[in-house]
Amino acid sequence: MLNMSGSPHRIGEDELETRPVVVEAAGLSKSFGANVVLRDISLKVYKGETVCLLGPSGSGKSTLLRCMNWLEEPDGGAVLLSGHRIGIRPGGTVRMSDSDLAAVRTRIGMVFQHFALWPHLTVLQNVMEAPVHVLKRDKAEVRREAEALLERVGLADKMASFPARLSGGQKQRVGIARSLAMKPEVILFDEPTSSLDPELVGEVLAVIQDLAREGLTMVVVTHEMSFARDVANRVVFMDGGYVVETGTPEEFFAAPKSERARQFLARYARG
Amino acid sequence: MNEFAVVWQHRDLIINGFGNTLIIVALSATGALVLGALLTIPLMSRNGAVRRIATAYVDVMRCVPFLLFVYLLYFGFPSLGLRFDNWTAGIIALTLYNTAYMGEVLRATWAGLPKELIEAGHAFGFSGLRLFRRIILPPVLYASLPLIGNQLIQVVKDSAFLTIIAVAELTHEATSLQTTYFVPFASFVAAVLLYWVTCVCIESTIGYANRYAEERR
Repeated sequence: MLNMSGSPHRIGEDELETRPVVVEAAGLSKSFGANVVLRDISLKVYKGETVCLLGPSGSGKSTLLRCMNWLEEPDGGAVLLSGHRIGIRPGGTVRMSDSDLAAVRTRIGMVFQHFALWPHLTVLQNVMEAPVHVLKRDKAEVRREAEALLERVGLADKMASFPARLSGGQKQRVGIARSLAMKPEVILFDEPTSSLDPELVGEVLAVIQDLAREGLTMVVVTHEMSFARDVANRVVFMDGGYVVETGTPEEFFAAPKSERARQFLARYARG
Repeated sequence: MNEFAVVWQHRDLIINGFGNTLIIVALSATGALVLGALLTIPLMSRNGAVRRIATAYVDVMRCVPFLLFVYLLYFGFPSLGLRFDNWTAGIIALTLYNTAYMGEVLRATWAGLPKELIEAGHAFGFSGLRLFRRIILPPVLYASLPLIGNQLIQVVKDSAFLTIIAVAELTHEATSLQTTYFVPFASFVAAVLLYWVTCVCIESTIGYANRYAEERR
């Protein structure tokens, strides 16, 4: 079961930069028609850190996250996974084939805002599906790992249930277990608590906090300010498609550098 | 002699026709379901040309009367050097015709699936046929069950048209019974009852499958 006590290990900025970069966005830009959503975004995510992307709705946080596993195709710039460019074939400008892109995506976990569990599969099957049918791993071994993961997120008694029978919080914990089962290099969380009733938010955040404590590399788009303050190693504040400010949670929440971040935090403080 | 007694006396003819109808329906319905499911791939393709060709097939089939399509296949195609016996022509016609409807039913359900469900498939490394077979098709089939049931009943009813190319199915045998013994009312009532029983069985099976599918949607 989850360890809910203690604060996450804080990685200092100097220590962080000695670590390998897992995901890098280099000069990313993206538009939907005339609407420019990302403008020349650059960001490095180091091994073992938790980066929280904050900002008002429409600031480009989710689009940036979705560009990191190429669910959204950036118009310009590059995404690198462990130093290798994804989405584009090596040394060229030609898009990767669907199967090559699919192979890259197995190394990047994703947790969706609306859970996106596969409704025709049980909880256990949801967790086992991609390791067995995409990674082609041994079914018995995957089953043992999936059972252990579901036990870890507190869903040992729901393995045979279908997603339709679960609460939102339970669905999201399955979503997290499903990502962990792939043993990804990084997990992307797209507003993992935004669709939950307030009383269910805590159980999901506790799981993510536990993963941060273990040193998983994570990028989390969230509106939960207290979660970002307690769990993130770094906070990235976005607005209007720009990264306005980056810093440790202590710096960002105590003394935001930009006027826009001050306004944003003041609005949250007012509730 | 009572009309129904005559039909009962020659029941082997009706039973033979009924058996043939069941075989024709089983083969055509299975074929239409499998081909219809495969047809959704080009119908939902990102490639505009592929999508337009598949859509044109569906549109043509939906606009051609089934009777004419059977005539074309059995009497028309030999002019092009393609000759089928009546059974083969009948089963091909029923299958291809209903493939278009089945494909359109499944395509509409696919288009209505939550976008994130398929995105999750992409995000976890599924692509191509594997994505279709493991992530897209099962929820599409579960969600489409009532409409698939309707289409299967349509296959049963369409199979009666094959009498015009002398396939010995139920309507054909009932017609031959009534023309031989002049018992039209009893012959056709017997046939209607057997079609009704078949459709009730399909409805019950779909109803049962629907209950199974409920928590999987």
